[in-house]
Amino acid sequence: MKEMIGKASAKVRNTVERGAVKKFAEAVGDVHPIYLDEEVGKKSRFGENIAPPTFARVFDYGVIEGLNMPNKGLIHGEQIYHYERPLLVGEDVYCYAKVSDYYEKPGALGNMGFVVLENNGEDKDGKTIFTSKSIVILSEAYRKVQQV
Amino acid sequence: MTKIAELYVGDTLNEIQLDPVSRIDLIKYAGASGDFNPIHTIDEEAKKAGLPGIIAHGMWTMGNLAKLFTTYYEEGFIQDYSIRFRGMVFLNDVVTLKAELKERDENLLKFDVLAVNQEGKPVLKGNVVYRLF
Repeated sequence: MKEMIGKASAKVRNTVERGAVKKFAEAVGDVHPIYLDEEVGKKSRFGENIAPPTFARVFDYGVIEGLNMPNKGLIHGEQIYHYERPLLVGEDVYCYAKVSDYYEKPGALGNMGFVVLENNGEDKDGKTIFTSKSIVILSEAYRKVQQV
Repeated sequence: MTKIAELYVGDTLNEIQLDPVSRIDLIKYAGASGDFNPIHTIDEEAKKAGLPGIIAHGMWTMGNLAKLFTTYYEEGFIQDYSIRFRGMVFLNDVVTLKAELKERDENLLKFDVLAVNQEGKPVLKGNVVYRLF
């Protein structure tokens, strides 16, 4: 896994879809008009509806070649978002993923692995809209099964 | 309603107590987020993974917690949102969401945020930096 540090996916164009924002806001019980009501969006300083901060997890971040990490058995330890500004409904966001670190340490689940995975989004000019980091924990059992 | 910019260090936002977690909540979140890991929706899969039953997506709880801040959208936005997942949320658990202002640095408001279950046990813990316009 260590050899994956620094590897990134190719950027993928995503659109902040109005319907997807509505479904997401409903799923987290955050049905505020700034996300859903077009008039409220237009009148706001953004001139548009915005998306909730954790909406970014919906985007496609592409595939990091060689990274074999099936969901099953993974433990999500930590999640960090940084926003330069809120996401606007209707805009295109260019997203990519990157392995920024990997380390191992002994713990409750044996010799555990920690993968720091970045999921970042830029506007069409390559300006950062948000960055995010997930710290994913691989238990000793997971590492044996997946051979990582 | 008090403006977020008028809060003092030590003040808290109005806490929110969620309805007991239901399976349909988690099915809806799976669909909306694209996270179909079956330990969140299918009992047998959760049991196979060594859990007593299905558990909520950590990101579901994190997504819920952000709504403590939504009503202040005219004043600013969540610039940084960091969470450590501390405990599992099971079906019928009652989660309460909290935020307390810890520090002010010009236009940055730094909050401690917390979600606890019905036993008062933290299920997630972290920080929000709210940037005022």
